[in-house]
Amino acid sequence: MAVLVVAEHDNASLKDATHKVVTAAKAIGGDVDVLVAGENAGAVAQEAAKIEGVRKVLHADGATLAKQLAEPMQALIAPLMDSYDALLFPASTTGKNAAPRIAAQLDVMQLSGIIAVESADTFVRPIYAGNALITVKDEQAKKVITVQPTAFKAAGDGGSASVETAAAPAGPFKSAFVSEEVAVSDRPELTAAKRVVSGGRAMGSSDEFHKVLEPLADKLGAAIGASRAAVDAGYAPNDFQVGQTGKVVAPELYVAIGISGAIQHLAGMKDSKVIVAINKDEEAPIFQVADVGLVQDYKTAVPELMDELTKAGL
Amino acid sequence: MKVLVPVKRVLDYNLKVRVKPDGSGVDLSNLKMSINPFCEIAVEEAVRMKEGGGGHAKGAASEVVAVSIGPDQAQETLRNALAIGADRGILVKADGEVEPLAVAKLLKAVVEAEKPDLVILGKQAIDDDSNQTGQMLAALLDWPQATFASKIVLGEGKATVTREVDGGLQTVDVQLPAIITTDLRLNEPRYASLPNIMKAKKKPIDAKTPADLGVDTAPRLKVVKTAEPPKRQGGVKVKTAAEAVAKLKEAGVI
Repeated sequence: MAVLVVAEHDNASLKDATHKVVTAAKAIGGDVDVLVAGENAGAVAQEAAKIEGVRKVLHADGATLAKQLAEPMQALIAPLMDSYDALLFPASTTGKNAAPRIAAQLDVMQLSGIIAVESADTFVRPIYAGNALITVKDEQAKKVITVQPTAFKAAGDGGSASVETAAAPAGPFKSAFVSEEVAVSDRPELTAAKRVVSGGRAMGSSDEFHKVLEPLADKLGAAIGASRAAVDAGYAPNDFQVGQTGKVVAPELYVAIGISGAIQHLAGMKDSKVIVAINKDEEAPIFQVADVGLVQDYKTAVPELMDELTKAGL
Repeated sequence: MKVLVPVKRVLDYNLKVRVKPDGSGVDLSNLKMSINPFCEIAVEEAVRMKEGGGGHAKGAASEVVAVSIGPDQAQETLRNALAIGADRGILVKADGEVEPLAVAKLLKAVVEAEKPDLVILGKQAIDDDSNQTGQMLAALLDWPQATFASKIVLGEGKATVTREVDGGLQTVDVQLPAIITTDLRLNEPRYASLPNIMKAKKKPIDAKTPADLGVDTAPRLKVVKTAEPPKRQGGVKVKTAAEAVAKLKEAGVI
């Protein structure tokens, strides 16, 4: 048995999601290798080699892999699968984009977003926005799986795997990267943050959203998230969205401000350790999952919370 | 340019699913079924390419064909697409669970018969949340793909697509023919008007079977058990921020 894990990275640094997927790979059993596909990503490959329990790192480097688009990823990975029994991606937008292409080429039905490994061929994944969990037996000769990183503990460092080079696909491909708008922020990354402060439609405007959430996020060292309603209304950018179709987060502390708690939102945050909800509507469904519910208008509650956090030494 | 739009019939997004007490699946009996919201967005975008609007020139699409794979009742989902403005429908009749890989194979056969220049479909269905079909179809056809689209600009022999990705937005060019999957903010689907709903009843729907298309739809994965997720206990309600902070200290998270 050998499992190939595809690393999540931005060519400069390895994302923690990779360590979590390695944990899922180890639970399946057998040798675990990590693939770093990118451009000028040598440092990332070195980082991946340090993950505990990794046999070797495959490093494919070239211009076609700079953005890890689906077509070159397929061209790179599908042939590699001759040597592996399972392929694991993090359930990131990169993983979700590429994995099914490879699965289809291998004639394999994919398992999306697993949250537990019960045995080498049995997995648990959520359906219906997490309102049901299915246990699935996958007896296909090869498996293609995307892993919900928040459901697994990160594998530690301390390994010293060898790094081997794999050839980047030459192309040409029928899709091409044009441009990107990547938010630059000093705050922690949303899916990896220990604390998250999220705002909903109650904010009423983009200005208000940022005015209310940013000072609190700064005080807590938190990432900022948003409900779908707030993103749809244009108060926050798409990459802030927490929920079924956005990001799944599981921080130690999740503060939901002016969020009613639609099923779709709860799907993205209900595995947080401690949930605080601030909402003036006592009947809001968010209170059914909140550990601490503050029934108060956020306009007065957030400044008071800031004061109390200052008093508490933050 | 001909556009093919696959649509799926799913539990209405406003309803909460119930797990059967014996763990054999979810109970959908007597519950309202609707078009998957992401599929509805795909239909709207294709119709705008035909009618003009949403940045598309009128006539950019010459014909919009909707296709659904499912039971007889999936005809209602197709009628829904036709009421938004699709020209005709194709129903591939299949009862029971059809996995994304089999759906992609069925769609490949439909694409080979219909020869569209563009296939637009939802990025995921809100029942199984798989997010696979579009990418799989692209691989089977050896077409380029642009998933999670929030903006589509059609050009000469290509589409420029803005994608919602984890870090923000990414724009890619795909040569046509191509596969595009829709994200939430691509457009806001219209409410079909009564005259259009009536007109949709007269539009043609072709029926086919997986056997006609030469595709084996036997599932590859075996669902052993369906369960409710562990219930999260609601905690306490507090009246002041001071109490809230005290609780957080107690929990050791600040």
